[in-house]
Amino acid sequence: MTTTPSRFVAVWRKLPIVRQVRQSVGLQRGMLVAGLILTGIFLLTALFAPLLAPYGFSQLRDDDGAFGAQVPPGGAHILGTTVGGYDVLSRVIWGSRTAVLVIVVAVALSIFAGVLLGLVSGYLGSWIDRVLVVISDAVYAFPTLLLAIVAAIAISGGQSSFWGGVFAAAVSITVVYIPQYFRVIRAETVRIKSEAYVESAKVIGSSTPRIMFRHVFRNATRTLPLIFTLNSSEAILTLAGLGFLGFGIEPSAAAEWGYDLNKSISDVTSGIWWTSLFPGLAIVLVVLGITLVGESLNDLADPRLRTRRRADQSAPVLETAALSTVDLDDDSNPIDPLEARS
Amino acid sequence: MSQSASAVINPAPSEPPTRRSWGITNPLARFLIVRFLLIFPTVFILVTMVFVLMRSIGDPITAALGGRLTAAQLAERISSAGYDRPILVQYFEYLGQVFTGNFGTAITDGRPVSELLVTYGSATLELAFYAVLVALIVGIPLGMVAAYFRDKWPDAVLRVAAILAYATPVFFAGLLLKLVFAVWLKVLPVAGRASTRTELQLSTLEDKTGIYLIDAFRLGSPAAIGDVLSHAVLPGLALGLLTAGIFLRLVRTNVIGSLSMDYVDAARSRGVSEYRLVRKHAYKPALIPIITVIGLQIALLLGGAVLTETTFEWKGLGFKLVEYLGARDFVAVQGIVVLLAVIVALTNFIVDIVAAIIDPRVRY
Repeated sequence: MTTTPSRFVAVWRKLPIVRQVRQSVGLQRGMLVAGLILTGIFLLTALFAPLLAPYGFSQLRDDDGAFGAQVPPGGAHILGTTVGGYDVLSRVIWGSRTAVLVIVVAVALSIFAGVLLGLVSGYLGSWIDRVLVVISDAVYAFPTLLLAIVAAIAISGGQSSFWGGVFAAAVSITVVYIPQYFRVIRAETVRIKSEAYVESAKVIGSSTPRIMFRHVFRNATRTLPLIFTLNSSEAILTLAGLGFLGFGIEPSAAAEWGYDLNKSISDVTSGIWWTSLFPGLAIVLVVLGITLVGESLNDLADPRLRTRRRADQSAPVLETAALSTVDLDDDSNPIDPLEARS
Repeated sequence: MSQSASAVINPAPSEPPTRRSWGITNPLARFLIVRFLLIFPTVFILVTMVFVLMRSIGDPITAALGGRLTAAQLAERISSAGYDRPILVQYFEYLGQVFTGNFGTAITDGRPVSELLVTYGSATLELAFYAVLVALIVGIPLGMVAAYFRDKWPDAVLRVAAILAYATPVFFAGLLLKLVFAVWLKVLPVAGRASTRTELQLSTLEDKTGIYLIDAFRLGSPAAIGDVLSHAVLPGLALGLLTAGIFLRLVRTNVIGSLSMDYVDAARSRGVSEYRLVRKHAYKPALIPIITVIGLQIALLLGGAVLTETTFEWKGLGFKLVEYLGARDFVAVQGIVVLLAVIVALTNFIVDIVAAIIDPRVRY
């Protein structure tokens, strides 16, 4: 006997992530759920950092006096203190907040710029398109980290405030990611441009901006959430790389994992492990979580990659995992498998 | 694939095919010429971007020596170096110099940038070589294993391992390796390209290649070879494992694709061993996409090299780049970035050629 689900349950089941979890089976579901849990912990930590962290991120002393440098884990400092005398646990927790802010600002900026340029370039074509494509290909081919460093140097001229640092880091990362969004949106736009509904809109006399931002935009941005997820894990790695090389946010302005790892290089040589292990693990777990979510969503979005439920497997399943297109290998448009293969 | 992908999306059907042939009728030749010409805008755009970004925060002299000289001395240095002229004049002069291979002189240590590029470039080349070696040895066989056991536990383990390799920043992996093998187990050196003694020995060699392993072999001293190799293990592993994760995924997906082909079933029915099926029948055709994508990893490798070199004090281009950036020596920075841009553009060109020769569908 089947019971009709209540309205609440029906709505709940249609929510974006919930729908995908229900859709997935086996290993795929395990990966998605593990990723969601890790990402959830990361976001909650960032949100409640002031409550969770025992000390401030730039706090060097409390009522009992200075913390002392390189104190081993235990006692008042569960994860020890750094060479600069900060509490490791507090900096790891506060670091999640910095990471979230930088990703959100960076990805929002690059989506905005990338989508706008992609739409204009793809729809209007002509020489603008040629020029933009050549520029974006040039930037896309270059090592992302190096570009981010150069941009960071130029942008962060003496930014020591929290928001100044976050914005400088975010804009440096944006420069790198605009081409990726640009490429995807442009490709989609070029495809959609020749669809019948665009022609119809033209025939009934819709203005070019209206067609671009209503008809084409709505359809070209379907794949954005996936790229967004996959890109944010890359953005965290870029941020950490910037911090590690010393071009990130100042330690007094915000806690940043990459910076802490940089300061721990000399600690490692003398066998002090806690200053590098914990910020490093934080990066690994967060990137792992987001990547697992992004990859699972990517597989689920493509019916050919989706692992079927056992009942469905009586029918022969097409062997199409060869089309797997997760953009870890950075090769091409991460979403459209056919294009990646051509 | 970066260029070919966009070209496939927009094959410019509106233009008559005869208009742009310039008398060259062989499609492959035309394809290669177009690809070769595309190198120039790529490098040019990157050079321009770096020039603009670098100059947007002031002139190199003030940036490098600002605190140490009086205002009058600074002004004199700036005008003697020509940095007080209009930015466009400087830009075109710089372009002209770069075109003739003159990258200027580093502000901080007064050495010609072209000399720096040769010295430190060979160190980076050596590191990249070790990393690719590790990546190929680890990534390709494991990828085949994962493909063969698709959706079974070895595949699950290997896929998670590949994601983990991607999620671990190369410098964190480097620090962990250092901690375990150099500090706790004390079996490998902590940092550097060779011990001081070996470096001295190598520096006595005439016409050095700058690649320590080759130099050590020419020196003919087993101790020196061993020393150089032991220094290379950890940096090579750190950078190589990052790349190995990507190779693994790539080989897995492509071998899965070719394993499902009819001819594999046909071979299996003829009694070809399972090992041979994967190793020969499925792997060979899967090689085409693998080669192209491996070529494109050069950009990732160079980015990773910057971080690896800093972690292990490996005195290569990346290590020096960070040093020069810290000292605000923009002449040297620009030189290094231009070289990297040329390397990336050339690699993409070579990848395009290889892809076009192997797979006729790429030429259009």
